Amino acid sequence: MTAFWLLAPIMVLAALGVVLARKAVHSALLLAVVMICLAMMYAMQDAPFLFAVQIIVYTGAIMMLFLFVLMLVGVDKTDSLVETIRGQRLVAVGVGVLFGFLLVTVVAQTTVGPVIGLGEANADGNVHGLARLLFNRYVFAFEATSALLITAALGAMVLAHRERLEPKRSQRDLALERMQRYAEHGEHPGNLPTPGVYARHNAVDVPALLPDGSPAESSTSKTLRERGVVREGAFQNDVAVTLRKLEADGSPRERGVIETGRSNGAEEDQ
Amino acid sequence: MSEFFGNEPWWVVLIKALLIFVVLVVFTLFNIWFERRVVARMQHRVGPNVWGPFGLLQSLADGVKLALKEEIFPKNAHKVVYFLAPVIATVPAFLAWAVIPFGPEVTIPFTDTQTPLQLTDMPVAVLYILAVTSIGVYGIVLGGWASGSTYALLGGVRSSAQMISYEVAMGLSLVTVFIYAGSMSTSEIVAAQAEDGWFALPLLPSFIIYMIAMVGETNRAPFDLPEAEGELVGGFHTEYSSLKFALFFLAEYINMVTVSALATTMFLGGWRAPWGISQIEGANEGYWPVLWFLGKTLLFIFVFIWLRGSLPRMRYDQFMKFGWKVLIPVSLAWIVVVCVMRRLITDGDLDPTMILIVAGVVVAALLVVQFLPERRAPEEPEPSRDAFAGGFPVPPMPGEQPPTTTAVPAGTRGEKED
Repeated sequence: MTAFWLLAPIMVLAALGVVLARKAVHSALLLAVVMICLAMMYAMQDAPFLFAVQIIVYTGAIMMLFLFVLMLVGVDKTDSLVETIRGQRLVAVGVGVLFGFLLVTVVAQTTVGPVIGLGEANADGNVHGLARLLFNRYVFAFEATSALLITAALGAMVLAHRERLEPKRSQRDLALERMQRYAEHGEHPGNLPTPGVYARHNAVDVPALLPDGSPAESSTSKTLRERGVVREGAFQNDVAVTLRKLEADGSPRERGVIETGRSNGAEEDQ
Repeated sequence: MSEFFGNEPWWVVLIKALLIFVVLVVFTLFNIWFERRVVARMQHRVGPNVWGPFGLLQSLADGVKLALKEEIFPKNAHKVVYFLAPVIATVPAFLAWAVIPFGPEVTIPFTDTQTPLQLTDMPVAVLYILAVTSIGVYGIVLGGWASGSTYALLGGVRSSAQMISYEVAMGLSLVTVFIYAGSMSTSEIVAAQAEDGWFALPLLPSFIIYMIAMVGETNRAPFDLPEAEGELVGGFHTEYSSLKFALFFLAEYINMVTVSALATTMFLGGWRAPWGISQIEGANEGYWPVLWFLGKTLLFIFVFIWLRGSLPRMRYDQFMKFGWKVLIPVSLAWIVVVCVMRRLITDGDLDPTMILIVAGVVVAALLVVQFLPERRAPEEPEPSRDAFAGGFPVPPMPGEQPPTTTAVPAGTRGEKED
């Protein structure tokens, strides 16, 4: 019972956090905490197999997929609080309260007696007991569920499938194309120059310098150039620009940030 | 499973937990030194050899230096998650060792207390190891995300995709061991191998798949794509420094030891002495088995280092294709084969010696095929070389007469600046 009273408050707090957290990733993390606590509850109730499977399947695989999607679909934005359906929030609160009322009334009317038959069910060990049920008595339900899951997976694959209209270009084709471009347009076939060569920094937004001191455009990423965030590589302006940027960002004395008052040596440490 | 597990006095549990912690940290220090020395030997260098006997104290000094470095919080980092990520990566790495058996039941020195050399065991011990290692992936993903940097995010996504995919192949390769041992508890699997011999032999395909999957699972060379420095700088730990980086480092090395220890337990007879030594009286009793166990684990770690010293890194798409299209289908098919064989043997329809004979014949046939002389394909006449094929210059092949020098036509010089 001690484990229950230790885990229950954590679970309730984490569950509240799932609803109340502003950032989607924080919600996902707190949901993972709830799931792990749930797994421990299973372990406590003499269900070691369910404990391991709960963590492997839900925490290890499903939550991880959630996190993946959240991370790749711009997670930095906090959710907007504008309602897309009018009155949605009000209705949600109403339904939530009703549901809570229902739960409390139902749970309050039940009594929990001592557990009967657990020792019998776990006689050959928990895993064997479960296996016997799954693969004997409930084998059709089990197989039907797995067929359903496979159908769903196949459906997802079909929906996401894209027919390839032209043959895939191999490394050889690409190399030939590159040489063809060189022959026809004189485009250099080798690697593009890396950013920061002969410049003051080697950051991605600092172009390499040509022998005459002018910046080599092709050394920086096209995306950065189009966003207009490429810095000048030339030495004289660079220090001033960096300092101005730091001033604009504020809190220059924070740890890990270049201090304004110090000489150029500090910048090279970054 | 011994009746000791779960019923031991608290001080015994405490001592064993502490010992596991100490052993793991010391083993990590040793492994860093071992890796550097072995890789150095493979590359005709010496490696660290100054501090301490054979340079053994080098990693200790490096560790202290690492811990004393400046700690940096990047401006874009999500502070709480950034701080928690290395902890989430490290704690499960230690937790997995709770169910690894180091040896049989022994008497604690200076007392009469008997205890098995294993912190605890449970009916689903191996699943438990898979479960806690899957929590360890969170540390990597969150570390990559919370750093607020593109390199770290890509590294984190890559490494978690890799670990999840290879965990499937790893889990499937262990299924056949469960079928053979009739249990998922580590101590019972070791006991089963005392009767049936090491599972690495009858379950050779599983063993090979496990060996490949364990390298992918721990992000080690040649599968160290999350840390491909040419593409991603440092991967998920690009922005980490000082102790937080040290924790990631520690977690990676402990995970390496964990999968090695699991391989030892599942396939190489765990702590039981190898054949030859096991004939000696008392080789499987007392504290000796710890030596065999650590020796076998070290063997796997040597394989890790060997791979790192000899193989180049794979390309990411090839690596994923290999995991999903080769390892997983092969292990699924192998599981079906093992199930059918087990069923036939238990029903008495099939003699185990029969299987051995068939397997022997197949292996012998394969060997014979290897020695057959290859039929040589008729040699195609080499096409005469055109020094300016399609208008661009082609360098001569080795041993070929260089073409006469011709001026490059104007306008075809590589002018990348415009």
